[in-house]
Amino acid sequence: MEHKDLSLKLKVWRQKNSKDNGHFESYDVKGISTEMSFLEMFDVLNERLINEGQEPIAFDHDCREGICGMCSMYINGRPHGPWHGTTTCQLHMRAFKDGDTIVVEPWRAGAFPVIKDLTVDRSALDRIIQSGGYISVNTGNAQDANSLPIPKQDADKSFAAATCIGCGACVAACKNSSAMLFLSAKVAQFAYLPQGQAERETRVIDMVEQMDKEGFGSCTNTGACEAECPKEISISNIAALNKDYTLAKLKAEN
Amino acid sequence: MAINSKIPDGAVESKWEDYKSHVKLVNPANKRSLEIIVIGTGLAGASAAATLGELGYKVKAFCFQDSPRRAHSIAAQGGINAAKNYQNDGDSTYRLFYDTVKGGDYRSREANVYRLAEVSANIIDQCVAQGVPFAREYGGMLSNRSFGGVQVQRTFYAAGQTGQQLLLGAYSALERQVALGTVRMYSRHEMLEIVKIDGKARGIIARNLITGELERHFGHAVLLCSGGYGNVFFLSTNAMGSNVTAAWKAHKQGAFFANPCYTQIHPTCIPVSGDHQSKLTLMSESLRNDGRIWVPKKQNDTRKPNDIPQEERDYYLERRYPAFGNLVPRDVASRAAKERCDAGYGVGSSKQAVYLDYASAIERYGHIEANKHGIGNASHDEIVRLGKEVVKEKYGNLFDMYEKITGENPYNVPMRIYPAVHYTMGGLWVDYELMTSVPGLYALGEANFSDHGANRLGASALMQGLADGYFVIPYTIGNYLADEIRTKAIPTDHQAFVDAENSVRNRLETLMNIKGTKSVDHFHKALGKIMWDKCGMARNAEGLQSAIVEIRALREEFWKGVRIPGELNEFNPELEKAGRVADFLELGELMCNDALNRNESCGGHFREESQTEEGEALRRDEEFSYVAAWEFKDGKSWELHKEHLTFESVKLAQRSYK
Repeated sequence: MEHKDLSLKLKVWRQKNSKDNGHFESYDVKGISTEMSFLEMFDVLNERLINEGQEPIAFDHDCREGICGMCSMYINGRPHGPWHGTTTCQLHMRAFKDGDTIVVEPWRAGAFPVIKDLTVDRSALDRIIQSGGYISVNTGNAQDANSLPIPKQDADKSFAAATCIGCGACVAACKNSSAMLFLSAKVAQFAYLPQGQAERETRVIDMVEQMDKEGFGSCTNTGACEAECPKEISISNIAALNKDYTLAKLKAEN
Repeated sequence: MAINSKIPDGAVESKWEDYKSHVKLVNPANKRSLEIIVIGTGLAGASAAATLGELGYKVKAFCFQDSPRRAHSIAAQGGINAAKNYQNDGDSTYRLFYDTVKGGDYRSREANVYRLAEVSANIIDQCVAQGVPFAREYGGMLSNRSFGGVQVQRTFYAAGQTGQQLLLGAYSALERQVALGTVRMYSRHEMLEIVKIDGKARGIIARNLITGELERHFGHAVLLCSGGYGNVFFLSTNAMGSNVTAAWKAHKQGAFFANPCYTQIHPTCIPVSGDHQSKLTLMSESLRNDGRIWVPKKQNDTRKPNDIPQEERDYYLERRYPAFGNLVPRDVASRAAKERCDAGYGVGSSKQAVYLDYASAIERYGHIEANKHGIGNASHDEIVRLGKEVVKEKYGNLFDMYEKITGENPYNVPMRIYPAVHYTMGGLWVDYELMTSVPGLYALGEANFSDHGANRLGASALMQGLADGYFVIPYTIGNYLADEIRTKAIPTDHQAFVDAENSVRNRLETLMNIKGTKSVDHFHKALGKIMWDKCGMARNAEGLQSAIVEIRALREEFWKGVRIPGELNEFNPELEKAGRVADFLELGELMCNDALNRNESCGGHFREESQTEEGEALRRDEEFSYVAAWEFKDGKSWELHKEHLTFESVKLAQRSYK
């Protein structure tokens, strides 16, 4: 594969800890191969900062295969940067041109406090799952897996929703910092399956309640979440959630 | 100390049933006062923590990531094996057991593997009940595919992200227990020491990675579910944070380390592109079901792959192994790729790659689709278009990933692949009950050694992680805890906790105070290069001996010259890395020692001194049919204990896939 080297200007958010105000810092980086991933460019910069006796930039990352959901940079005003359907770790420097300025910030949301630099606390998403993002079945209770035929179309829809990686890009993209796309993906995964029916109504009510409690905003159907989701989770899940929620509420009040 | 693997008596088919019928039980009231610590929340850890919580134990679970859902099990692509025989193609518990023992090159423990095959079917049932959306056929039944090294279709999958779906299932079960209060979750925490009291594991010292604070946690038992140690090679398919630290601390506290040299080098990974490379990406082995692997017949051929005619291509796996072809086990496929590249037939700019070609699969599927739709005289373009659609449905996410990383479109140009470190079969030695040589300390999943022998078959890691967590430990831990019901929770101001915390603090302060000149990554890359060159796909005595000398020197340099910026008591990723690399620098030496000791070739361990005339791996059963369990001695050396492997059900044979 052909490649070339880029020189770039980075403007990166630096924040010592959750109490610090934070500020942008500029860095010139040279010799960045177009074959590098975006995070490998940060590795190169951090190596340089360490060698110069400065503090490296803290950022979350782990699998670097686009599946763990840990990486989380807000790049030039877009969660995970310019490529559609791509996490930051899979974004490659081919996406940029020589001489570009790149602005990198953490996820911005009240429910995601900054820990340091580009690292934020996303434990609110775990608490939303705790409020109902499961099927209550203890180990050992299960019947034979093929005793419950599930039409392929339903299984495929359930799977499509279940591919959410819980990165929080939808929240970062949303002007209201709503977690509706994340939440609706989990609700929809179970709503399409026969196993999910027993708790369908309580699940949606409890999870929405928890989302509100965590300080996420409301959904106003702008669609930024779907546009920026690295796994291309469909906004139609939100419509399905709204329907489930309304029906469940009506039934609960009767 | 003698090794006792505690394998139950009786025929291999009845050991587990008998064991379960006679194992000691803990009554529900007593479970509520028994505390269990679980380190790691991948498939093994999350499934164990959830299940033990359901049973009523008080569980504390720890992970270094920001959420338990991030554990690297999530990245497993291809699938999970189970002896369901849904395809009616002759599968059975015995066949899964047999394939796994054979695939592991007869270096695993029969009793453990049989149990694994036995509970495999329960795993699929459990996951489906949890809402894991496995792939299905139009009739609504579960779909299966075949995987390397076997001749039946027993692999269940969810597109190319089976690990993700299984982990999210276990994670959901875990979070449900967190909500119910039976499990307390500690994210962004790293275990840095095992606390032993009267010879038993009684707790841990953990560092809160956000504040840097050291915490003491008591447990009646401690479960290590902390994964493998492939990152000792720096470049691997593991996550950046995957590490050996928890297992290594346990090892230094008396847990034997078994078969550390057994490393799986996976044949289908995206090749290295330059010095900046931070990790390697796997392309699922399932791609070998339909893809054909080849290199040019001419050395140093610089033509583009599509310009090389069929008769000038060497489909070397099909040529060398006609019975299994492209579906030979991973170790065989990896060595064959290395052999071709070393001989000068490699492709791409680095010449360290071979082609994985989908052109004939696209045509084959295209013809089937054309027939299905009754298109009798479809043009070639039409057939290719239809075929690409089928390939997209089956492997779309993998093809997309390849294109993002390389900038090449694999629907039109063959992929370039090369082997990379992927999994470690070695790990903490455990007995039949998954207990290490330290009482009360257990190891599950990739962190232990027991089930895969010298080579793991595809789609078996997910099976083992979940088997250990959902269906094995809930029974075997009772046998230990039933005798602990009179042990009250030990307060963490006990001297053993104080001493352990002090030793952790001293080590962290020592690291911070080195104030050297080189980054942690500098040392990690240097270690990785030594390991890959001398303890990688091919090993020999001379190379291993020199590797040991080099690793010792590098370790000394590390403790004098590493530079860790920032503070001790704050969020400091460089300090976390430094502690992990310090442990890898010790593990690397043990791996080379183990590889040196094992003067035979088996599975992923290929000693150049031990090969057949055709260059295939040559086992030496008379001398090496044992598990090498290493005990850490006197703070600097190791003593070898041998657990001899006896095979009652499977007849040992030289593996052949021809």
